[in-house]
Amino acid sequence: MGSRAHDSTAGERGVLAVSVASASALPGAARPQSRWLAAWPLYPLIVFLVVFLIYPVVQLLWLSFTDPSGHLSLVNYTRIATTPVYLQVLAITFKIAGWTTVFTILAGYPVAYLLATLPERRRDALMLLVLMPFWTSFLVRTFAWMVLLGRNGAVNRLLVALGIVDAPVSLIYNFSGVMIGMVQGMMPLAILTMVAVMQNIDATLAKAAHTLGARGGQAFWRIYFPLSLPGVAAAGLLVFITSLGFFIIPALLGGAHETMISQVIISVIQELMNWRFAGALSLVLLGSAALVFYLYDRVLGMSTLSGGAAGSDRLAERGRANILSTGGAWLGGRAIALFGWLCDRAALLWELVVPGSPRRPQRRLARGVLWVAGLLVIAFLVVPSFFVIPVSFTADRFVEFPPKGFSLRWYATYLGSPAWIDATIRSITVAFMTGIAATLLGAAAAFVLVRQRIVGRMAVLTLVLMPLILPRMIIAVALFYLFARLGLVGTQAGLVIGHTVLAVPYVVITVMAVLKTYDERYDQAAWSLGATKWKALWHITLPQIRAGLIAGFLFAFVTSFDDLTVALFITAGATATLPRQMWNDLLLQVNPTLAAVSTVILLLITVFIVAAELLRRRAVRH
Amino acid sequence: MAESKIKLSVRKATKHYGAVTALAEASFDMREGEFLTLLGPSGSGKTTLLMIVSGLTQPDGGEVWIDGRLATYAPPHKRDIGIVFQNYALFPHLTVYENIAFPLRMRQMAERKIAEEVMRALDTVQLAHTAKRMPRELSGGQQQRIALARCTVYRPSIVLMDEPLGALDRKLRDQMQLEIKHLHQHLGITVLYVTHDQDEAMTMSDRICLMNNGRIEQLGAPQELYFRPRSVFVADFLGESNLLPGTVIESGASLVVEGPGGLKVRAMPSPDLGVGARVRLMARPESLRLIGPGEEADNVAEGTLAEIVFVGGVRRYYVALAGEAMLTVKELTDAGAAARSPGEPVRVGWEAGRTIALPESAGSSP
Repeated sequence: MGSRAHDSTAGERGVLAVSVASASALPGAARPQSRWLAAWPLYPLIVFLVVFLIYPVVQLLWLSFTDPSGHLSLVNYTRIATTPVYLQVLAITFKIAGWTTVFTILAGYPVAYLLATLPERRRDALMLLVLMPFWTSFLVRTFAWMVLLGRNGAVNRLLVALGIVDAPVSLIYNFSGVMIGMVQGMMPLAILTMVAVMQNIDATLAKAAHTLGARGGQAFWRIYFPLSLPGVAAAGLLVFITSLGFFIIPALLGGAHETMISQVIISVIQELMNWRFAGALSLVLLGSAALVFYLYDRVLGMSTLSGGAAGSDRLAERGRANILSTGGAWLGGRAIALFGWLCDRAALLWELVVPGSPRRPQRRLARGVLWVAGLLVIAFLVVPSFFVIPVSFTADRFVEFPPKGFSLRWYATYLGSPAWIDATIRSITVAFMTGIAATLLGAAAAFVLVRQRIVGRMAVLTLVLMPLILPRMIIAVALFYLFARLGLVGTQAGLVIGHTVLAVPYVVITVMAVLKTYDERYDQAAWSLGATKWKALWHITLPQIRAGLIAGFLFAFVTSFDDLTVALFITAGATATLPRQMWNDLLLQVNPTLAAVSTVILLLITVFIVAAELLRRRAVRH
Repeated sequence: MAESKIKLSVRKATKHYGAVTALAEASFDMREGEFLTLLGPSGSGKTTLLMIVSGLTQPDGGEVWIDGRLATYAPPHKRDIGIVFQNYALFPHLTVYENIAFPLRMRQMAERKIAEEVMRALDTVQLAHTAKRMPRELSGGQQQRIALARCTVYRPSIVLMDEPLGALDRKLRDQMQLEIKHLHQHLGITVLYVTHDQDEAMTMSDRICLMNNGRIEQLGAPQELYFRPRSVFVADFLGESNLLPGTVIESGASLVVEGPGGLKVRAMPSPDLGVGARVRLMARPESLRLIGPGEEADNVAEGTLAEIVFVGGVRRYYVALAGEAMLTVKELTDAGAAARSPGEPVRVGWEAGRTIALPESAGSSP
């Protein structure tokens, strides 16, 4: 008993000791840190996007349900539904987006397959080429097509010179011109999406098929192709939805019959100043995109978009099979068997011509064909833009190919024109400020998104990626409406805000990717060695992820530098940016000054993008 | 077995990757129904050799004959082989049934016949109930068996297996080793097997082909490799071994080697080794025993007990000899045996017939 009593006093003494310790606790030691407080670097971006993206877009859409007196009404929608012209535009928009998707996938698939089956180093090199046009200004590329395909363009000159045609043929200002421009514009996106899925296809599966007796054709069509279909579907969806919002290419390379919905929205705003109707058209555009998403999800399942496990998940969801998907699967199976059989017949024929021998190493014909097709498509993506360079040195007053003589007069015109120089300086300034703003907001958010377990992470990510998902036209119109009331139209601040909305997702994605490969134990080591959070961030983390931050900045810079959609509304004559100035000239009259400006932009962007891409790779590798 | 015909013959197969020689003039034959294992550390060339036999890799030189026909550069689908890949390579978008039917469809077999063959193959691996499932719905062991069924259903001349049990846990691996062995006997197939796990190789193989640095070090039955290694590498790679440096001082009917500290050791006679040759003496720890003061043996070494390690069924004694040499003695545990303690002087004895003198080679010292 005595010893037990002794024990209990010792216990009391222990309690006493603890309470004494808590009286002299370290700062902040008594209470756990609030998770809400810890996530503070995320809040500026959330507030920014709510104020400058969600609020104006919701307001614009709300506006579309009111009549001029401000009462709730469907008048704007009945007007769309009852005016043949608008329905026609809608049909054209869908038709152009649809055909763009078909051609993009058909031409992009071989390139994606080639890239996915190459060793890493070569893939990286070719990927850079594929991505180049992704970042080359849309306006420059469109102008290049005009140089190449116009009445006095390179292609027509060649056709006439060769005697294939008597007089120049119309290659642009019609459906084919729009297709050429759109397919080129969408191809990088499609290829990237398909490669992402194809890279996850286990290379041993095709090998296994070979050893089980399948020829190349059967192995490809029965094994590889079905497994790559989720990538094809995802690429198709993205291309289709992005195409719905296009306006530069149909406006410059199409004719009156190729007017898309975004062009109508522009004219409703610029000529009629009718916000309500523009809002209604925007909602129709958004609704079309949402409808396509919904149908995609019903038929294929949204999980295929992530591209994680190729094939398997999609088939797992056959549980909710319906007549559509079952019939489709049966047809697909027949088609695949047929393609496999056809390829094998072709291979057999080839073997009759060039018999293989077990004594000699085999040449792989299919691979050669693939390389040729792939390089042709890549040339289609990369080469046309470079045609603006020779044209910029023409001595003549017209844009034509081949250029006549050699002179620097168009560079002199460009440098001597206050309008062009102002626009250039303004574009660079705005892009620089956008880069800084987007990097600060985006990087801070990326830290929280990667490192902390926050409530509603998916919702936050969706919000951050929203500027990529929403058609740019809608964001631009909504911001115009907001800025008109805030007096920000025509100001540099307005432009920077608008461009930051567009650019911030790229920064978040880039920095998140780098942070995921960064070992947090470096920071923990720094803290344990006595560094405060800020010092650890400054001396340990930032130096190591610097390349990722710079890459994010450069992507933001280019996004701003290349933007026309937002600039179209927010800038006016005296405050035009470079793309806005080009757009005006392109609509009025195509002149060689544009070639000189295009050349300058081309060189500038190329340097920036190559630098950003190299930095990004270095950052991810380390 | 000796009269059965040659199924696979590899003649001087060579493969370079840039400056690296992955495979240097490897030659071997396989008889019908044989289970031959390519064993070696990673980078030894065993997988390269397997890939050359499969046709998935083309050799830079040499020949491959399958079933009496030249196949060196023939495409895989014309070779009449089957492969079980390390990750099984089951087609994720096809059911178990369709996976196994695939090779038969490629051979344009009639649908009714396909159904028959697939079900028979599934019965053989006792997984008939999984026919309609997707591969990922199966456990690792089940996927393994489906992969086996898929590559045996069309009765290829040779079945190649590339570390097929590498992804399984220890217990399942032991079980699958026996299952593959039974399947091999049951179907009478010829199997070329690749592994880096020596226990697996010993358990399953009729013969083992031990590879190192792109070369075949030794090819023979498991016991042969274990008890009669022909190089230091083989002795060291398979099991535990005592390897003492020494010089031959007497050669002929008996071989005598002077080891560290002037220790004289009798070894199995070897005509290749003349007096003065530098050798490594090899004796397995289980061939050595601790002997009493008066006891005699062919070879006796005196030293100090440095350490004793008790591992359940066996006990290991580490004995320090003069001249920094160390011997490991392995004995079965015996609860009644006299307790020894580190530091006490001991005598180690073993037989000349359990001692092999191996030529010292620069590259393969342990």
